[in-house]
Amino acid sequence: MVANVKDKAVIVGIGNTKFSKESGVSELSLAVQAVKAAIDDAGLKPSDIDGMATFTMDTNDEIEVARALGVGELTFYGRSHYGGGAATSCLHQATMAVATGMAETVVVYRALNGRSGHRFSGGVAGDITTSDAIHWGWYMPYGLLTPASWVAMFTERWMHNTGVTKDALFEVAHSTRVYGANNPAAFFYGRHFDRAEYDAARTIASPLQLFDCCQESDGGSAVIVTTPERARDLKQPAVSVRGVAQCAADNQEQMTSFYREEFAGIPEMERAAENVYAMSGLTVDDIDAAVIYDAFSPIVLWQLEAWGFCGNGESGDFVLDGALRTDGRLPTNTHGGQLSEAYIHGVNGIVEATRLVRGTSVNQPAKDVNHALVTSGVGIPTGGAILGKMN
Amino acid sequence: MTANELNAFEDEINAFVGREVCPPTPAKDDVNTAMIRQWTEIIGDTNPAYTNEAWAAKSTRGKSIAPPAMMYVWGQEGFAVTTGRPADAQADLVSLFNKHGYTGVLGTNVKQEYFKEVSPNDNVVMEMVIDNISERKTTGRGPGYFFETLSTFTNQHGEKIGTQRFKVLKFIPQEQPAAAAAEDTLQVPTRIASPRGHDNKWWWDACDAGKVLIQRCKNCQTLRHPPRPMCGECQSMEWDSIESTLDGEVLSHTELHHPKIPGYQYPLVCAVIRLGEGTNIVSNVVGCDPSAVHIGMRVKGKVEQVDEKTMLPQFYPA
Ligand SMILES: [Zn+2]
Repeated sequence: MVANVKDKAVIVGIGNTKFSKESGVSELSLAVQAVKAAIDDAGLKPSDIDGMATFTMDTNDEIEVARALGVGELTFYGRSHYGGGAATSCLHQATMAVATGMAETVVVYRALNGRSGHRFSGGVAGDITTSDAIHWGWYMPYGLLTPASWVAMFTERWMHNTGVTKDALFEVAHSTRVYGANNPAAFFYGRHFDRAEYDAARTIASPLQLFDCCQESDGGSAVIVTTPERARDLKQPAVSVRGVAQCAADNQEQMTSFYREEFAGIPEMERAAENVYAMSGLTVDDIDAAVIYDAFSPIVLWQLEAWGFCGNGESGDFVLDGALRTDGRLPTNTHGGQLSEAYIHGVNGIVEATRLVRGTSVNQPAKDVNHALVTSGVGIPTGGAILGKMN
Repeated sequence: MTANELNAFEDEINAFVGREVCPPTPAKDDVNTAMIRQWTEIIGDTNPAYTNEAWAAKSTRGKSIAPPAMMYVWGQEGFAVTTGRPADAQADLVSLFNKHGYTGVLGTNVKQEYFKEVSPNDNVVMEMVIDNISERKTTGRGPGYFFETLSTFTNQHGEKIGTQRFKVLKFIPQEQPAAAAAEDTLQVPTRIASPRGHDNKWWWDACDAGKVLIQRCKNCQTLRHPPRPMCGECQSMEWDSIESTLDGEVLSHTELHHPKIPGYQYPLVCAVIRLGEGTNIVSNVVGCDPSAVHIGMRVKGKVEQVDEKTMLPQFYPA
């Protein structure tokens, strides 16, 4: 069965807070600033919002955000689980709510003090006590307890299987940072970066080094989703959700799916891609630019394969041809990605993918961008979406 | 101490706020590559901007720099400190605290701010004042006061390069119950243990007893790890277990470098290992250089006590 949400929901507003290492304010303050920026961008009032979608990991309850902003009544609120896997899952929730009429105007938000507050790099043991703790218990006693270490375990085997080398990881890390260096909102703004610095940086968990890893960040991002009809009166050209899907594949664990017959792969993203292509009626050739979730450099490569930009094991050659650069086949992470703009759990990526379709990215490619891909974090239940120009 | 005595004492300590501890003093040695090399070696910082002259010469700065965090290092007394310190305002403040029973001392935090870089042959000039003293606080260590010194660093041209705030707690040490005190001194961090619930306690209990078990469906005999309450093949909830011989093959591995977690010994290698019985397990590979661990490597495990509280399977080259 193919879902029927194509062009039934559109993005009309986007907003980011300032990104920093120490916001000095509460996560709730970041959330309401991001949502307000998106509301202003759309030309809406807070009271126009009647639905909200965020992460289970977000500490800002919908009702707190609503009360602080003066939103009033909410008729839809839904949360998505699995860390960064929730980025486009929130868009998926918002799209379903709008397409079915459960709500007319839904805001997707994520705000965190990811550097000055709880840091993911600290690992899972310290201060998180949840039902996940039993799961992490199979890894914590051995010292395998940070996101970098879990991704490193997949990367080592994937590089072994495919022969892809650090040259490809560097190309992802570098092309992204070139974009970031030109984005005034990015941590890497104005910063030079080269192979010597990449190679000299400390190892985090082999084979991953410092510059293969994203920036722990304080900040918030939000996007507003509504119906195509409502969008006609609003300030910005609407950006349509052509297709959006989520998937948890067979034998899935959260970041540690080590029990599959061959675990160096992301079958959950392959399936999500298949579904997005089916519901949008589009193919990989229709995608002009992308925002691919980049908590770590190698995960971009796996996703290029899952979405069919190249064959399995060929993503190294694909990126080394310059595909991700501004004049390449698929300009990718043009805001600087989470490697160099900020790590807002992928929601800043939905903001950038919207800009790419609007034609307003700070690194807008010269070619027409009719369709942009945006994805969620991998190694976990995940998903993605294709955004397109309104017809 | 009566309220009046306390007020008089607080007036006396508060009079120290703003007093100079050390006038602007140039460091005895200029910033130099030898000290930078030793410091970065100890810290484990491999940034070429500090130690690789050739790399630094080609960088945008055109020369190497000292790690900003070394700012305070250049003015340190070194061996001379063992022959005693000349009196200064900070020493006077400390002895005033001591005289009134606030003999405990705890450096609580250091905060540095950086404004300008320095390179070899620059000279760092330091001055220090007592910046602030808190009101009386009740702390876990006992009642006391926090005082903070503010050091300001300039280069030989008088340009400000950074500041450092150092906060110290002076407190009246509390009597600790003997048992608690003894426990305190014995506490060495151990590995983070798995929580134990209905579905996994039996596995960890067996591990404590020196065995690695693999859950087996009683109905269809399918093995499963990690344990869960139902068989995904036949939905039976009846299960028993077999003991693994811990013969295995490395499917993937990673050496953990950063962050280093208290309670773990580094170098530390984690691996996904396929056991001879057919299920996979995550564990450590030990008994060889981390660089020798590779995909396809045959390993043999045994359950060992890895610290005071923890029994774990550990795998050695077979
Ligand atoms: Zn069964």
